This record gives sequence, structure tokens and C-alpha cells, in this order.
Amino acid sequence: MKNRSLSFWLFLTPTLIALALVVFIPVIEGLFYSFTDWDGLTFTKMVGFQNYITLFHDKAFINAFWFTVGFVIVTVIMLNVIGLGLALLVTQKFKGNNFLRTVFFMPNMIGGLILGFIWQFIFTQGFQALGNALHMHWLLNWLTNETTGFWGLVIVTVWQMSGYIMIIYIAYLQNIPNEIIEAAKIDGASAWQRFTKITFPMIAPAFTVCMFLTLSNGFKIYDQNLSLTNGGPYNSTQMLAMDIVNTAYNSANFSLSEAKAIVFFVIVAAISLLQVAYNRKREADLH
Amino acid sequence: MKTKSRTVIGIVGLLLGILWLFPFYLIVSNSFKTPKGIFASVLSLPHPSTTDNYVNSFQALHFIASLTNSLIITVCSVLVIILASSMAAYALQRNHSKLSSGLLLLFISAMLIPFQSVMIPLTANFGAVHFLNMWGLVVMYLGFDCSLSVFLYQGTLSSIPIAMDESAELEGASRWQIFTKVIFPMLSPITVTVAILNIIAIWNDYLLPSLVLPQAQYTIPLQMFNFFGEYTKQWHLALAGITISIIPVILFYLFAQKWIIKGVTDGAVK
Repeated sequence: MKNRSLSFWLFLTPTLIALALVVFIPVIEGLFYSFTDWDGLTFTKMVGFQNYITLFHDKAFINAFWFTVGFVIVTVIMLNVIGLGLALLVTQKFKGNNFLRTVFFMPNMIGGLILGFIWQFIFTQGFQALGNALHMHWLLNWLTNETTGFWGLVIVTVWQMSGYIMIIYIAYLQNIPNEIIEAAKIDGASAWQRFTKITFPMIAPAFTVCMFLTLSNGFKIYDQNLSLTNGGPYNSTQMLAMDIVNTAYNSANFSLSEAKAIVFFVIVAAISLLQVAYNRKREADLH
Repeated sequence: MKTKSRTVIGIVGLLLGILWLFPFYLIVSNSFKTPKGIFASVLSLPHPSTTDNYVNSFQALHFIASLTNSLIITVCSVLVIILASSMAAYALQRNHSKLSSGLLLLFISAMLIPFQSVMIPLTANFGAVHFLNMWGLVVMYLGFDCSLSVFLYQGTLSSIPIAMDESAELEGASRWQIFTKVIFPMLSPITVTVAILNIIAIWNDYLLPSLVLPQAQYTIPLQMFNFFGEYTKQWHLALAGITISIIPVILFYLFAQKWIIKGVTDGAVK
């Protein structure tokens, strides 16, 4: 199709219009408003970097940032270890392995909002009952402080996303030619040697994919946060996405919320670009 | 030795499977209990059991209405995304110029922008032209979700030889006919992937529709959120509500599992 042909542009029109209306125009507006005293409807003056200076002294934002970073570090490690573990398990030959695959992936179909409600019941009622029955104190009063709120969010995320990460590892595990494994067996390699010397290096690309998926998903989590802890107690479990939404819709501080959202954008985009750069380099190294 | 290790693996798998399903057991079994029954024992099976919770929460959730809204919004958005993205990808892939690679880069860069960065101006603009409703939402989903879809279609199109287009052109087909009669049918495997990924994301979405939809058009997640606010600590009703609202998703999963797994893998790996 030629550039100037009418059909080229007609084919592109619907998506380009939607993209402009929904993403590009609003993000430019948002960037502009972050330098003003905008109240959601009008603004009276430009304030320069005032909103950006404010946000770096904003306790809620700083707290949300470090809470999110901690959450992301823990979940990236746990999701990859558990996801790979489950993938190795269900790719073994035993009765019921396909059924288990179905089970492990199932939570991923349920939306974050409802997942949070499900686990709110389990943490506050189920854990309480179990703790009382087994006399285990650490199972009592979950979600009433920052620590149990943090681990609550981690558990929900691990339960939800492990199956997803498992599916990706399975795709790579199935690409390993069977002959290599068989040949190693004949040469007398133990199961552990086969894993560290063959399987592990051959699924290295899967690590990159899963690392960055879990990394960028972790930063963007909102729904689970809202329905599980709603940021409480006292905003101690509020993550970045929620802090931005609440700054706008609860505190009606729209220009500050936009400034926070731009900083958030820079963080998330930097992670994604790092991934692209890393993948390019790895592919170049292979050739 | 061999059978022994296989048994051990089987037992580990069984235990993990039970651990994974245990939350579902707690939700479903307690949804059949009275408030007293839940208070007495969370872990036991319901005894005596009641179905009143279901009758009450079904009404409180306006389930028929919210299910219909969820269906209309998801189906319309996904159809629009499939058609518009495949068209755009076709135009971009069949045009080898700097312009088309620039446009593809534009689509990909849109994926970097998180929702929170556009949320307030977006809803203000759509509100100004009275488009904060389900049709406005369909346009928004096209804007947010077309990038990944165009990207996926683009990759598949590059494996369809241009000779297909040329021979149809020789027979006098127009560009639109070539696309709808020859090319689009060949894209069906990736269309399934695009459909699955978008169905899951749109069906479960909460934040965007909560900012856009009027109460009469509430989807299942929005109705759930309201419902939870009203019935805090009334777990017998809340759990029946949760169970009702996840039934459609679980049924869809069990029916379409093969395609879902393929779609999710494609979406992540490609």
C-alpha cells in the first residue's frame, strides 16, 4: 500500500483517532497541567516545578514508593521461583498433571478486585479460625497492620499470578529437545545436573520475559490494593497507583496527582525500555 | 526407583492443588452458611445450609443487569478492537516506508504510558462532550488496547506472503475486499489470541469503568464494589455475591481453556 493512497489512511483512521483521543492528547494535557494549579476544571496560573517539589516532600507518596518497591522485589522473586517450580512439576509425567495446570492458572482469570475481596475473607475470618484452632498467634488479626497487609498483598498476587508465569515457563520448557535430555541421561547426568546444566541455560530467555512482566505488573497494581486493604491502616499499605488515584479523587489535588502520575510514567517506562534494550543486546550476543 | 519418585511428585502435586483450591472451598462453603454458621466455624462444611444468601445477593447485585452490561461492553469493545487493529496492522505491514515504521513505533510507545497518567484529562474531555457512558468506554478500550493488538497482528501478517494480495488484485478485488475476503480469514489464530487477552482484561477491569460509567450501566466488578461497601462484615451475603460473580468467568475458562492458555502465552512471549 502506498503512503498517499486513500485506503492506507482509511485503514489506519479508527485506531489513530482512538489513540489520539484516549492516550496522546490526555497525556500531553496531563503533563501541562502538572506545571499548573489545575483543579480538575480550570487553572489560574503556571507554578513551574512546584508540584514536583511538593511530591518529593509528600509523605504519602514517598511511603507508597518504598512500599511498592518492597512489594515488587518480593513478588518478582517469589513469582519466578514458584512459577518455575510449578512449570517443572506439571511438565513431569504423572496422572493429573493437566488438571493441575488448569487449577494453578484458574485464579488468573478472576479480576483483581474480586480476588482482593476473596482474600479479605480468608485473612480476616479463615486465618483467624485457623490460628485459634492451632494456637498459632501469627495467624491472628491479619490486615490490621502494615506487615500483615504487605504479606497479604504478596500472597494474593502470588496466588493470582504464579499460574500465569508457569504458563510462560512451560512454553519454553517444551521447546527443549527431548534428545538432549535423553543423551545426558545416558551419559549418567543426575536430575540436578540435567537441571542446572541443560534446562536452566535453555530457558534463560523465559527469565527475561517473566522478570519484566512481573516487574511492570507489580508497579501498576491497583485493584487488589483497593479491595484487600484499601491502603489501610492509615495509608500504610497504599501503593503508588492508589496514591495517585486518591490524591486526585479523595484529596481533589488534581495538579499534584498529575505530577505524581508523570513520575510514575517515567518509572514504568524506564523499566520497559530497559527490557527492550536488554533483549536487543541478548539477541545480538546470540548471533 | 522410577515409580517411587513418580509417586512423590504425584503427592506433591496433589497437596499443591489442594492448597490452590482451598480459597475456593472457603468461599463457596461459607456462602451456604447463616451468619451464625460462619461465626461458629469457618473451616467446616455448611451445616445447616441455606440458599437465602444467593437469593438476596443476586438481587442486591442487580446481577442480570450487571451481567448484561458486562457482556455488552466486553463484546462490543473486543469486536471493535479486532476489526480496527487488524486493519491498522494490515496497512502498516504492507507499506514499507519510514512513515509506517514511525507509526508502529507510535503504537508501541503508547503501551509505555500507564493509565494514571491520562486518567484525569481523559475523563474530563469525554465528560465535556457527554460521552461518559458505555459507548465512550468502548472508544477508550480501543485506544488503550489497540497497541498490543496491532503489534500482535503485525507479527503474524509478516508471515503471509504478499503474493496473496497481488493475485487477488489481478482478479480485480478492491483493497477492502482483499483484506476481508483473503487476509482477515488467514489471521484467525491470532484473532483468537487478541480476543482472549482483551476479553480477560476488559471483563475484569475496575478503575476505568468506575470513572466512566453511570450507575445504570455498572458492570459486575463495579456492582461488586458497591455491594461490598453496603454489606461490610455481612460475609454470608458477600460470599454468595462473590461466588455468583465468578461463575461466568470459571465457566468461560473451562470451556475455552485451550485457547486461553495459547492466547496468554502468545501475548507474553511474542
